[in-house]
Parts: sequence; structure tokens; C-alpha cells
Amino acid sequence: MKYLCLVYLERAKWNAVADRECANCGDTLRTRGALLAAEPLHPVETATTVRVRHGRTVVTDGPFAETKEQLAGFYLIDAVDLNEAIQIASRIPPAREGSIEVRPVRELDTSENIPA
Amino acid sequence: MPAETIQDAISAVYEAESRRVLATLIRLLGDFDAAEEALHDAFRAALEQWPRDGVPANPRAWLVSAGRFKAIDARRRRSRFDSLEDAPGGGAVGVVDAHAWADPESVDDDRLRLIFTCCHPALAPDAQVALTLREVCGLRTEEIAQAFLTPAPTLAQRIVRAKGKIRDARIPYQVPEPSELPMRLDAVLRVIYLVFNEGYSASAGDSITRTDLSSEAIRLGRLVVELLHEAEAIGLLALMLLHDSRRDARTSPAGELIVLEEQDRSRWNREFIREGAALVRRALSSARFGPYTIQAAIAAVHADAPSADATDWAEIAGLYDVLLAMSPSPVVELNRAVAVAMRDGYDAGLKLVDDILARGDLADYRLAHAARADLCRRLGRISEARESYHRALTMTRQEPERRFLQRRLSELGGGA
Repeated sequence: MKYLCLVYLERAKWNAVADRECANCGDTLRTRGALLAAEPLHPVETATTVRVRHGRTVVTDGPFAETKEQLAGFYLIDAVDLNEAIQIASRIPPAREGSIEVRPVRELDTSENIPA
Repeated sequence: MPAETIQDAISAVYEAESRRVLATLIRLLGDFDAAEEALHDAFRAALEQWPRDGVPANPRAWLVSAGRFKAIDARRRRSRFDSLEDAPGGGAVGVVDAHAWADPESVDDDRLRLIFTCCHPALAPDAQVALTLREVCGLRTEEIAQAFLTPAPTLAQRIVRAKGKIRDARIPYQVPEPSELPMRLDAVLRVIYLVFNEGYSASAGDSITRTDLSSEAIRLGRLVVELLHEAEAIGLLALMLLHDSRRDARTSPAGELIVLEEQDRSRWNREFIREGAALVRRALSSARFGPYTIQAAIAAVHADAPSADATDWAEIAGLYDVLLAMSPSPVVELNRAVAVAMRDGYDAGLKLVDDILARGDLADYRLAHAARADLCRRLGRISEARESYHRALTMTRQEPERRFLQRRLSELGGGA
């Protein structure tokens, strides 16, 4: 089962963990076959929000939510269950500095509903 | 067998086995709701068949097997209406060893699995409590709601959300690995102790229902001890029994709170005390005991004393020193201060309480002010006592506690 581990960090701690350490963590997980993807993100100042309303694309700067921690990166992992996902998440280096939100990935329901 | 006797037999089987059967069905079916439905169906089948065929030799195995069959049948019927490959979980059922459920050891494991799943740290604490009472103890949602003074729909929602998370985030139905056991057991014991305290220190609501919560917690504590033999689980069971031994003595017939010092000790439940004290010794003899065991040891010293004056306060203060080293907290410090007051004199205790209050840690804690008020009262420092009683009163939400403080205040004289 897939879990998305979202890494949250305060802006001040953006570089608190060395990139080398994160890369090593990713390599270890990849060797085990537990990592599907992982990327770090630029801070939220670089973010752009896109919405489509009434057929028009609306682009805005941000978002700048009032939260202290912001999304700093993600690991898409493959784990048997939540216990294993939690174990993996606890070894993601920025877990020491910020927090990791573990979210189960949902399957898209593409089945056609045949009326009974 | 006459019909009523069969009915009684089925009720007795339900009482004794339904939680075990449920725990096993959850494992076999991999789903809480399906297992509950299957449990219900199994007992309905028993009501139909047992009067005719007699009670089976192994009712539990019969019920598991009937429940499992009904659930698979229901899935098959449903899948006929669903699209081809969408027979939900159909492949998963049956891969489990078909005989595993008959093995008493794996059935015990199922009960542990159920407890650890309901108390999984990924679930919200109030959901852990609700789910444990619902699934492990078999309390109805309305009963839990009433006991916790929560609207039933809110509580039902909490349970639904927790089950949804177990399913969607795939919280495994497992006894934790030995390396994780201490931490996970802590969560289980915390839930049990919370249920106990909710019943024990309760004052609002229907007192009878809430007494049941304490009995439920003790039953849960027994179950965990029986299944795990861990020192802290034994310590917690001892602590609950020793506290509960004073239940009848701690309120007057009019519902007034009676403090330990003034309780009629002949009304303490000697059976609970004997059992609790023996459990304390058992827990202490292992090297792995923790804070629950020490608190139980303190309660055992009280239980052993013929009166408040004849209590071994030196022993109690010493145990608080151990507890404080083990799990430092201002509340433990406060309790230690009270024990020191009894050992070394009220002055010494008051100085410690004042130090704690001066740090600000317990400035909003009603019992800290109540303790200060009590020590001042004993020292004859009436105006200070009155001031602290007033402060404690502004923070108290429990009715009997409020009446107790009020009574003390009026005993000081000079008007409230």
C-alpha cells in the first residue's frame, strides 16, 4: 500500500538537515524497494496557485497560510501497513526538526456504475 | 432442554464469548463492521438452531464458523450485484489458516490484537477510549455516550471515523513487535486508567453508570494481565483495585465526598486490598515495573494502615521520591509534599507546596490550592486557609468536591 509522507518544516529550519542526509535516506529506502518517489521543495514564497473558475484560469501568488510549518518535500513510499509507514516516516531525517504527515494513498475509483 | 434454559444458555455464551468471537472475526474478515454484522448473524443463527440441535460442544468455534460463513455468503451475494472484479476483499478471506481460530492461543492473540488496534496511537485519544469500550468491552454506543456525558451522535461519529481510519490507513490487526511493546502497552494502560478514573472520580451524571466504567476498566486490566503478564499492567490492575477498595467509604449516603483521612476504614473492600497488595508485590519483584506500580505501592501502604495517623508516611514519602525520579511532574511533587507534611510536619509540607505554586506550574490546579488550604487550616493560619479554599473553589467543576471545599470553609468560621 502506498503512503505519501509530507515533510513539514518551519522556514527557519529549511536547511537544518543536510541534503546529503536526505539523499542517503532516499537511497536506503529505494534499495529496499520502499521508495516510489521523493523530492524536496523550494519554500512557499515560490509557490503559485492555479484555479479554473467559469472556464477561466486564475493565477495567484502564494498560498501564504498562517501556519508556522510549511510543506518542504515529500516521500511516496510503499509499506505493508500504517505501522511500517510510521516506522519509515520516523527515519526521514527532517522528522527531527519538523513533522511528517503520513497519508494513505487512495485508489481512483474508475469502475463504471452499471445501473441494476 | 426447555426453551428458557436454551435462551439462558445463549445469553451466557453471549456474555462469555461474544468479544472473543468478535476479535477473531475481525481477523478473519479484516473489517470491523463486517465482523460485527457477522457476530450478530451468528447469534441469530444460534437462536434458531440451538433450541433444535442443542448447544454445541464448543460454542465459540461454532459461532466463529457460523459468523464467517454468513459474512462470506453476504459478500458473495453483494458481489453478484457489483462489477466483475469488484468482489471486495473476497480473495483475502480464507487465506488465513482455517483452523487457527480453534487454537486457544491464537484466540487470545486476537483479543490482544483487538486491544492494541483500538488503542493504536494513530487514533485520537478519545476515539481510542470509545473504540475500546465499544469493541473490547462490548458496551453500546449509548452507554458510552452516557458515561462520558457526550451526545450519542458525537460518540458514534468518533467510532465511525476511527474505524474508517483503521480501514483506509490500514492500521494492522497485530500485537506489536517486542521492540515496540513497551510504548504501545503504555497507550493501552493509559486508556484503561482513563476509563477507570472517569468512573472513579466522576461526580456529574448518573453515578451508577459511571461506577460501571471503573468495573469495566478493572475487567480490561485483568484481561491485559492475563494475556501479557507485564509488570506495569499488573501494577495498574493493583492500583485500580486498591483505589476501588475505598469506593464505598469515600462518599457519604448523601453523596458527600469523604477524604481518605476521615473514611471509615472498616468499609474498605478487604478482598480488593488483598488482591491488589499481592499484585503490587508481584509487579515489584520484576525489574520492569514503572509509575503505575509505584502508585499502587503507595495505595497499598494506605490500605495497610489502621488510621491516617498510624500510616507509614515515611514509606509513602519515600515511594513518592521514587515516583518523582521515574516520572517527574509537578502533580507528583505536590503529592510528595503532602506526604512530607505528614512525616515531617505541616510547616515543612507547606513550604514545599508554596515553592511549587511560586514556580507557577500548578497555579491553575485546584488540588494544589486545596492542599495549601488544608495545610494552612491544620497550622491554624485561618485567613490564608480561607483564601486558598476560595481559590480552589473557583477552579472546581465537580459538585461533591465543591461541597466538600465549601464545608471546610464554613468550618473555619468567620463566614465564607
